[in-house]
Amino acid sequence: MTEQEIFEKVKAVIADKLSVEPEKITLEARFIEDLGADSLDTVELIMGLEDEFGLEISDEDAEKIRTVKDAVAYIQSKLG
Amino acid sequence: MTGGQALGILALGAYAPQRVMRNEEFEAYLDTSDEWIVTRTGIRERRIAAEDEYTSDLAFKAVEDLLKRHPGALEGVDGVIVATNTPDALFPDTAALVQARFGIQGFAYDLLAGCPGWLYALAQAHAMVAAGLARKVLVVGAEALSKILDWNDRATAVLFGDAGGAAVVGRVREGFGFRSFVLGADGTGAKELYHACVAPRLPDGTSMRNRLHMNGREVFKFAVRVMNTATLEAIEKAGLTPEDIKVFVPHQANLRIIDAARERLGLPWERVVVNVDRYGNTSTASIPLALKEAVDAGRIQEGDHVLLVSFGAGLTWAAAVLTWGGA
Repeated sequence: MTEQEIFEKVKAVIADKLSVEPEKITLEARFIEDLGADSLDTVELIMGLEDEFGLEISDEDAEKIRTVKDAVAYIQSKLG
Repeated sequence: MTGGQALGILALGAYAPQRVMRNEEFEAYLDTSDEWIVTRTGIRERRIAAEDEYTSDLAFKAVEDLLKRHPGALEGVDGVIVATNTPDALFPDTAALVQARFGIQGFAYDLLAGCPGWLYALAQAHAMVAAGLARKVLVVGAEALSKILDWNDRATAVLFGDAGGAAVVGRVREGFGFRSFVLGADGTGAKELYHACVAPRLPDGTSMRNRLHMNGREVFKFAVRVMNTATLEAIEKAGLTPEDIKVFVPHQANLRIIDAARERLGLPWERVVVNVDRYGNTSTASIPLALKEAVDAGRIQEGDHVLLVSFGAGLTWAAAVLTWGGA
């Protein structure tokens, strides 16, 4: 999967879980500050990404995923 | 279920203490707010037992309510199971106190399996009647959780409330009653939700306090996943599809967990029973209390397929499908 493909899928998960307009979901966007996520939203988001990409994301790793870019990079590294 | 003998719920009752505690009361002494609590949990208020009111008292009141609604419902009851995580004592069992109070002839024991305890107890009652060990079984879920909370922990103190619920399980007409049960546990999650009793630690060395402790994040993830898998399994075992479910009564712990389960089942809100806003999480009392409210509101009609599901400390889960009525 290319970075762009991952980004598109990540975008769809974010739009669904955080109920935000896809246009707002840029690579630089921060989940909490820019996209209005609260602590439970971020848990649901991580779960959504786990389901979408068939991954398990540990709590420790999840803590470090703060922007859309972080999520895309993390998933890309995991998918190899 | 199998065996040609239809078994279901013959009578139902519930009780919640008079004292209402609103979110605003927490604002006075904790770093939290009504808005924060409502957004993350859907809870606006909960009921708190009086100083001298314990689980047995809530169980008595729930059974009294059941008797008021269904006079004579205890005739033919051969045993009592009380599902609770907050028994009055380690022993005697709270069920024995209920047995004595209502003069029931038969067995009495408590069942501890986290919040799904009442569903576990329904399954046991069902199995006992099916096996000829009892004609009817009184199944109570009662909790005085306010007695074991850490009132200074803003992450957990706001989540729970006190209540009791009771049902009589026995024979119903063919075509009604329980269609499936799903029970499960994953003890590798024991450390996520606990309250010490005799031992100060878990086998893995995790030290436990004498106050309720919960890793909210982990329990949230577990709950969302297991609500989905357990409900689908129960629906399939019942020979039904999600569209057949007329009324969904999920464990009332958190509105967002309920919403996630509802969404994954594809059910509209009109079919989902919610009272977490007014009672918080009352653990084993949660489902009978919500069930009674739904019956009283006319939301459950004879012949409706009803889906019940719960999750909790253990970690444990349970789900059941029953066709309402037939008493």
